[in-house]
Amino acid sequence: MKHLLDIGVLTPDDLHHLMALTDHMVEVNQRPIPKVPALRGKTVVNLFFENSTRTLTSFDTAARRLSADVMNFAVSSSSVNKGESLRDTIETISAMGVDAFVVRHKSSGAPMQVTKWTNASVVNAGDGWHQHPTQALLDCYTIRTHLNRRTGFDGLHIAIVGDIKHSRVARSNVQAFTALGAHVTLVAPPTLLPPAVETWPVTVSHDLDSLIAKVDVLYLLRMQRERMVDALVPSLREYTGAYGLTPLRAARLRPHALVMHPGPMNRGVEMAVDPSELPGSMVLHQVTNGVAVRMAVLFELLGSGADLATSA
Amino acid sequence: MSADDVRRAIARISHEIVERNHGLDDVVVIGLQRGGVWIAQELAAALGRIENGRSVPVGSVDVSLYRDDVGLRPLVPGSVTTIPVHLGGKTVVLVDDVLFTGRTVRAALDALGDHGRPRAVQLAVIVDRGHRELPIRPDFVGKNLPTSRHENVTVQPNGVVLR
Repeated sequence: MKHLLDIGVLTPDDLHHLMALTDHMVEVNQRPIPKVPALRGKTVVNLFFENSTRTLTSFDTAARRLSADVMNFAVSSSSVNKGESLRDTIETISAMGVDAFVVRHKSSGAPMQVTKWTNASVVNAGDGWHQHPTQALLDCYTIRTHLNRRTGFDGLHIAIVGDIKHSRVARSNVQAFTALGAHVTLVAPPTLLPPAVETWPVTVSHDLDSLIAKVDVLYLLRMQRERMVDALVPSLREYTGAYGLTPLRAARLRPHALVMHPGPMNRGVEMAVDPSELPGSMVLHQVTNGVAVRMAVLFELLGSGADLATSA
Repeated sequence: MSADDVRRAIARISHEIVERNHGLDDVVVIGLQRGGVWIAQELAAALGRIENGRSVPVGSVDVSLYRDDVGLRPLVPGSVTTIPVHLGGKTVVLVDDVLFTGRTVRAALDALGDHGRPRAVQLAVIVDRGHRELPIRPDFVGKNLPTSRHENVTVQPNGVVLR
């Protein structure tokens, strides 16, 4: 694998392979000295054109734990503000000799464009409404670990609730969850469903209450406040009433059910209970697993030698 | 070597380990992923039998994140490191099936260092096939087997095969 741009191009075997690699990285992260020399001498550039704390920090930590050198480009302080194009930025940094770009951009497809301007590997860290492949991998890994589903998600019922339309997390997760065999239901008001949702391999519901006692995983998306401006939702209070995880709904979850959220959470909106009091809350496990999954991805792209000849 | 030869080699090495260390105090047996793991478990069981059923901590170490030829050999998923105790002050018996260039052992020494500072590390192998590329020597050897560089040696409970 040279790049990770789109979770949809990975086969179930690819997903299982990356999750098995993640097991190794989880073990590294539990050590007294959580650092290995696997990517010594490799340089990873984090190029974030959109604000992000957790994803940037997570990639940064992942690269350092593999002993890679890391350059973080915050766009607010770079020459992009002087009018430099994306292409010039990439070609300039490439000329310094780097091995991987981790790119977040508000435009869908930007990481794919980047691959045309550099020989380095490119990891998509979120592009527009399109894809967030490492988020999907860490969510799959979290479900695999906590529901003990090492061989696949056959028979699992996963509900993804909230603003599906504007969510790259939802797009990537639907692809990964269904590739592993899960049944996915999207739960949202009609205004927050994507166009052509009928072509997705999912069922659609507008009624969370009829589903909540049946699902194995309840995946909540962030309700972005700016959507109010577009009048897609009448009010946050009405949203919470119909689609939020309230104490009443939490009490109806199955005992083993997991509650997941990609963060950052809106407490009192989609998450109207304290997640630390939910036994099935995976919110912090997702963050922890995110570092290990990103280590596995960087190692697969830069260090595993999986596409080179093996020698004895 | 036949299955019996392998079994006898493991039995002999276990006696040598007890003799060298004047017992089993602070001895931990660590197998190299993946070929050394079953041998480490057999050795630990044999050590327990010698010293009146005492249980010897046994673990495994995956060195693929430490190799100097990362990029030449793919990591085998599923062979995760398990270190049962903190290794500070322990005598670690590192176990592998075949000793060849010594590069895997060098990587394993780096890997062990991340789990504490052992008092000593001793190396046990079933087959020493020569061709060392680093100044590394085994403490306990099942059999010295002259080989050419391009031959392939596999060690299994049912015997050693040279191809």
